[in-house]
Amino acid sequence: MNWGSLEAFLAMGGYALYVWGSYAVTFILIVAEILLLARRRRGIVTQLGGLGRVSRRPS
Amino acid sequence: MVIGRDLLLAMRRRSDVANALLFFVIVASLFPLGVGPEPNLLRTIAPGVIWVAALLASMLALGRMFAADYADGTLEQMLLACVPVGVIVVGKAVAHWLVSGLPLVLLAPILVLQFDLSAEAFAVLIASLVIGTPSLTLIGAVGAALTIGVRGSGVLTSLLVLPLYVPVLILGTSAVDAASGGVTVQAHLLLLTAFLIFTSAFAPWAAAAALRISLD
Amino acid sequence: MIYIKRRQVNYLKIALLFVQRWVLMDRIGEVTQSARPPSGGRINWFKYSSPQTFFPLAGAAIPWFSAAAAIFCLLGLYLSFFVAPTDQQQGEVYRIIFIHVPAAWMSMFIYVVMAFWAGVGLVLNTRLSGMMANALAPTGALFTFLALWTGSLWGKPTWGAWWVWDARLTSELILLFLYFGFMALTAAIDDARRADRAAGLFALVGVINIPIIYFSVQWWNTLHQGASVSLTRAPTMAATMLAGMVLMALGFWMYSFAASFARVRCIILERERNAEWVAQYAEALR
Repeated sequence: MNWGSLEAFLAMGGYALYVWGSYAVTFILIVAEILLLARRRRGIVTQLGGLGRVSRRPS
Repeated sequence: MVIGRDLLLAMRRRSDVANALLFFVIVASLFPLGVGPEPNLLRTIAPGVIWVAALLASMLALGRMFAADYADGTLEQMLLACVPVGVIVVGKAVAHWLVSGLPLVLLAPILVLQFDLSAEAFAVLIASLVIGTPSLTLIGAVGAALTIGVRGSGVLTSLLVLPLYVPVLILGTSAVDAASGGVTVQAHLLLLTAFLIFTSAFAPWAAAAALRISLD
Repeated sequence: MIYIKRRQVNYLKIALLFVQRWVLMDRIGEVTQSARPPSGGRINWFKYSSPQTFFPLAGAAIPWFSAAAAIFCLLGLYLSFFVAPTDQQQGEVYRIIFIHVPAAWMSMFIYVVMAFWAGVGLVLNTRLSGMMANALAPTGALFTFLALWTGSLWGKPTWGAWWVWDARLTSELILLFLYFGFMALTAAIDDARRADRAAGLFALVGVINIPIIYFSVQWWNTLHQGASVSLTRAPTMAATMLAGMVLMALGFWMYSFAASFARVRCIILERERNAEWVAQYAEALR
């Protein structure tokens, strides 16, 4: 273990902004990509008439 | 024959040609206005500025390479002819260079005066432009062929082609910098020539493939 | 302590490339062999090259890749924060390396894979290859951006500037432009087949030019900076640091598989929307 305490871990030796800025943006962007992909898939499937969300017009 | 025809068409639309050249001069002139008239600074940035202006002016003219012929159907006829498509591409590239690249080289002395480059640097700049601008034309041909008939193709072509221009830019400006610094320029110009040979070997083939993709 | 040289890291990268190829072809071969008709024909490598047959395969694979990605990343993060020691010169900020370097590796690797599939699509005229190349591009661009972002955040405390025209960072920037060009070209052309083939050709032209661009930028860098310092210059590094980077790289790699497979499934649905099997698929989801 490298860290004496949670505070030391979060402070990253004074470089918190840079280290956490990097890791946070990475995490955020990867999550964003996953969410965007999920939304894209939902959109197409709904358009195709799946998922029971779009009510069929009586024809 | 392709070259002759393209040149004839270009001469009929002289204003298009002139516009790109004017753009070259204006853009290069904007930089001193932006950074101040201090001679040493201008001498330092001159190779980069002139080369970037040459890049941009060369790119402006790319739209003309295939667009007009595509619009009236001539391009398809050319592809159907017995001539290999690569030859057509080379012909068009040569015509394009004669009309945009060569005038850039001829106009460069004006800019050299504006930036007060030394005589050796001037000579090397001209040499680098002469060797480098054909590469720009050839790479640009690939970009232009990929974006025929696409909406917004002007900006799109620039986006595609500018990253590929970077080696020419670096080699060209480093040659002039070397001349200003009194270092031997042979290596730089040879590398530039090598890049031109490499581009001449691959670009016509790639542009021909791109034309077939765009026109099918 | 065992110190591993930089060069071996590069060999590792190349090995990863071959492993991926082998795994992919092996998986296709394995599955097609089990699906071989009793009359015992040749292995049909192309069975999974149609969107219809690849779609369920990709769907089945995604959870596995996601799980692998999570595991590798967690292990890598554990190593990076709790095992790897503090650097003497740079202090804690060097821990950005555990994202910066794997992201840079992935950005280049994905571009090569993208160009590979684009080339396959151009030569063999398969639709799925083009779709796969399209699916890879945004993920590759993401990693390129992350490499640039983390590089910038690493550069500020280390070299004092938010952006340094380091050869590698500059080449990464140009790589990002190439990714954007690929995606812009695909988006601008309406006809999907033409878009795939045009963007594919552009990707191939780019992949040939990338080494040239990299070397010219590196040369430019040495011309303008006497003693050029590179952000990732570390002639030797502790084994734990290397292990952390490799684990994160594996995690990113698994993630790229999952993300691009998910995206290619979306692309397949979008493009094949008029096909019978798509209608049945949507029906089954209802």
